[in-house]
Amino acid sequence: MLEPFFRWCESTLIGRAVAESVWAFPILEAIHLLGLCMLGGALLVVDLRLLGTGLTGQPIAQLARNARRWLITALAIMVATGIPLFLSEAIKAYYNTSFWVKMITLPIALLFTFAVRERVARAEGLEPGVRGKVVGAVSLALWFTVAAAGRWIGFS
Amino acid sequence: MIERFLGWLGETPWSVALLESLYVWPLVESTHVLALGLFVGTTVMMDLRLVGIAFRRVPVQAFTGRLLPWTHIGFAVMAVTGLLLFYSQPLRYYHNVFFRVKVLVLIAAGINAFIFHRGAQRQAAEWADDAMPSRAARAAGAVSLAAWTVVVVTGRLIAYNWFDCDLQPQPDWVNWAAGCAAGSE
Repeated sequence: MLEPFFRWCESTLIGRAVAESVWAFPILEAIHLLGLCMLGGALLVVDLRLLGTGLTGQPIAQLARNARRWLITALAIMVATGIPLFLSEAIKAYYNTSFWVKMITLPIALLFTFAVRERVARAEGLEPGVRGKVVGAVSLALWFTVAAAGRWIGFS
Repeated sequence: MIERFLGWLGETPWSVALLESLYVWPLVESTHVLALGLFVGTTVMMDLRLVGIAFRRVPVQAFTGRLLPWTHIGFAVMAVTGLLLFYSQPLRYYHNVFFRVKVLVLIAAGINAFIFHRGAQRQAAEWADDAMPSRAARAAGAVSLAAWTVVVVTGRLIAYNWFDCDLQPQPDWVNWAAGCAAGSE
């Protein structure tokens, strides 16, 4: 049903330009990875803290507020490079299970991060409660799945 | 000497098995990539703090004391998986231009971190609570950010064979940088 749409994606100007260039895909991939590094850092600073380790002693709400800007910057880098990467091989992605695992987990992770985790982190004090720990663990699990499935697109 | 050793290493049964395995190699490679989020991720957050543009209210010593153990775990995972990946194809990586640049910059990043922990951090008592760290600490943070960026980018590009020795003709600088045997050898 969606296949015609994926075909169209690959036929777009950007899709074809990236697919036909020798350097575009590798460079976009490398920048996508740099975004992953920043995303990992921005998430872990808060998630580890919610789990009761890492930057203990620092107010959780303040860490979450500080990390938010870097989290959004990282996501912007990942989306900006991820879209042209996808466009260049949309049909391959359509038939790739890892791609769909990633694309289903990604909106869940985004929603959880900005709707649930954000609120919980802002409400936490110095000692994270059970709720904070669960939220930190779920956040790590969701983003781990997104990243692992993303890497696996290239292997399957 | 090195060539002969790496050639032998690449022919050991475990090296061949690792390279040809259907799932082990991809799993090692995926672990290497995902550990970036932990290792480079926590490093970047600390560097941004050192440069003075993030987490200004968090003392630098909280980063070096409480977050650094996680950075070390990330590094251990990257080193083990990285060595395994190298072991799967030693000669190919040895002659890969991107791999060579990566290793050089990796060493530079290590020296930078060593100097920071020996020097700037020792005087940290004076500035650690300040929003803006000392000049030396800011420089260390900036060098670290630049170095790890190069390491990640060249690391990703190792996968491409554009400059491989067996893809001749290559420009002279490529043959020099990749250490390709010049014709007769």
